[in-house]
Amino acid sequence: MIDQITVFLENSEGRLAALCRTLADADISMSALTIADTTDYGVVRIICDKPEKAIEVLNGADYRAVATKVSAIQVPNRPGGLAELLETLDSIKLNIEYGYCFSVNGETAVDVLKIRGAAQAADAAKVIEEAGFKLLSQEDLA
Amino acid sequence: MIRPVCFFNQGAACPVAYTKGVYMGENKDILTLPHEQLEALQLEGIKKTVVRCYENVPFYKQLFDEAGFDPYSVETLEDVAKAPFTTKQDLRDNYPYKLFAVPMKDVREIHMSSGTTGIATVGGYTDHDLEIWGDCFARGVEYANGGENDIMHVCYGYGLFTGGLGAHYGGVAAGCTTIPMSAGNTERQIRVLREMGSTILCCTPSYAMHIADTAIAMGLDPAKDFSLRAGIHGAEAFSDNFRADLEKKLNYKVLDVYGLTETMGPGVAIECLEQNGLHLAEDHFFAEIIDPETGEVLPEGEWGELVLTTIDREATPVVRYRTRDITRIMPGECACGRTHRRIDRLHGRTDDMLIIRGVNVFPSQIEDVMKTVPELSSWYQVVLTTVDHLDRVTLKVELEQGFDFDEIAAIERLQKEVESKMKSALSVGLKVKIVEPKSIPRSEGKAKRVIDQREKGE
Repeated sequence: MIDQITVFLENSEGRLAALCRTLADADISMSALTIADTTDYGVVRIICDKPEKAIEVLNGADYRAVATKVSAIQVPNRPGGLAELLETLDSIKLNIEYGYCFSVNGETAVDVLKIRGAAQAADAAKVIEEAGFKLLSQEDLA
Repeated sequence: MIRPVCFFNQGAACPVAYTKGVYMGENKDILTLPHEQLEALQLEGIKKTVVRCYENVPFYKQLFDEAGFDPYSVETLEDVAKAPFTTKQDLRDNYPYKLFAVPMKDVREIHMSSGTTGIATVGGYTDHDLEIWGDCFARGVEYANGGENDIMHVCYGYGLFTGGLGAHYGGVAAGCTTIPMSAGNTERQIRVLREMGSTILCCTPSYAMHIADTAIAMGLDPAKDFSLRAGIHGAEAFSDNFRADLEKKLNYKVLDVYGLTETMGPGVAIECLEQNGLHLAEDHFFAEIIDPETGEVLPEGEWGELVLTTIDREATPVVRYRTRDITRIMPGECACGRTHRRIDRLHGRTDDMLIIRGVNVFPSQIEDVMKTVPELSSWYQVVLTTVDHLDRVTLKVELEQGFDFDEIAAIERLQKEVESKMKSALSVGLKVKIVEPKSIPRSEGKAKRVIDQREKGE
C-alpha cells in the first residue's frame, strides 16, 4: 500500500494551479494527479514522492488534504496489461472505489486502486501477488 | 346582506365573555365604526386581556409584578405603554403551554412557527379565536369586494404554518368556495386555477409569480386563461414593481396581508383596493410603534418597530408583543372610507430573522443543526438568491479537519445528511455546499453570516 494525498478543491479559477505551485515550492515531485469533479467541487488525488510533507504543507496553506492508503500495482506496459490484472481481481468479491493508471518508464505502468475495507485490500494483495503482479511500496515509487 | 355566521363556534359558548357584536360576520359596520368607538372597544378588551393574563398565566404575573405594572389600573389606551414588552424569547421559554390562558379543554387548535431545533413558538386557538382569525382574513375578501360568489384557491402550505389554514378559514368565513390546494406541484395548481375558475388566489407573492411564469412557459396566457380578480399575498415582502408585474401577468389586484403566528397568523392587517397601507384589524389588535432602541412609543407616522397587544384573543393572548417588524402607522384616513388605521408596508426587521419562501428562519437555527454534525466546522455562510422568482438558499460550510473526503460518495452523504436535517428543523429546503478551508471570510467582530442577493421582487 502506498500513501496517496487527497485534496478538496472548489471548482474555481486558478485553484489547481495554486495547489501545484504550493507543492512545487515545497520541492515535492508528483508522479500522478487525477481529478474527480462534481458541479461544485473537485477531489484531487496525487501520488508524490513525499506524501507526509505534502499533507503538512497543504494543510498549512489552508487546503484540506488527507492521506489515503491505496494499492499500487505494477503491470506490463502493453495491450492487455490492465485487463489481466482486473480479471485476476474479478475472482474475489471486491469493492473498488476508484482507480487510475500512470506510466513512469516505458516498460511498466502503475495501476492505483482504492479498495474499500482493509481486510478486502489484504485479500486482494494476496491474489495479486499470487498471480505474479508486483505490489509497489512507497520506496518503489521514489 | 347578512353574512353567514362562521361555521366554527356554532352554538359553542365562549369561555370568556368579550363584547358581543364586534365580529364582522355579525356586524360588517365594524369596518367603518368611528375611531373613537373602536378605541373604546380596544380599551375595554385590553383591560380584560391584561387582567386575564395576570390572573391565569404565571409568566405574565411575574413579568407585570417585576415591571411594577398594575393590570387593574389601565384606564386609557395610553396606559398600555406602562406594561412591559413580551418577546419571542419569552414565548420560547414558555413552550409549549405555559402561556395558555384557558383550560386545554377549550383549546381547539394549535399552530407553531418554525423554531430552533425543538423550540417553536406556539399559538393556541379557542373556538372564538378561530372565529376571529377567519373573520380577520375574510376582510381581505371583503376588501377585494368579494364574497360568496368567489372561489378561493389557497396554496399557502397547510399545516402548522399559519398561512394555509388562516387563509382557508378566511375563505370559509367570507362565504367563498374554498379550495385547499396547499403548496407545491405548480402544474396542478395551474390546471386547477384554469379548470375550476378560481377568482381569489392566496399564496406568497413569489409563488404567485412562479405560477404565472410557469403558466406562460406552458404556453398559456394566465391573464386570459385564469379567472382571477384578486390575490391576497403575504408572508414575504414585495416591491411595487413586482406587484405591477404580477397584476399584469395575472390580470388581477394584489393585496398585501400581514400577520404572525405569535399574535394569530395572517389577517392582522390587510390592504384594501386603495393599495395604500394595510388596514389593521383594530377591533382585535392594538398596535403601537416603538423606537426599538429605547422602547419609547413613537407618534403616528414615524417608522419603528410594531408592537401588538391582542384585544380579545382567548387561548394565547399577548401583551405588547415585539414583532421586530419595522413599519409605521399611516396618518390620515384611507380613501376607502374604512376607519381602521393602516400600517405601511414592512421595511425590514430589527433582528436577524430571514423570511425564506414565507418561512421564518433565524441563523441560530442553522447553527444549532450544524452543531449536531461533527464533520462540519462552525464556519458557514447562508447565501440567498432568486431563481425563477423563488428563494434559493445555499449553505456554504467548511469541513472540520479529519473528515475523510477521499470518496466523493462520503461528501455527498454528508451533504444529504445536513440537507435533510436542515429541512426538518427549518421547514425549508436548502442546498449544502462544502467549501475550502478559510474560504468563508473571517471578519473582525460580527461575522457576516447571511449574504442576501435576492431580487427583492424588483
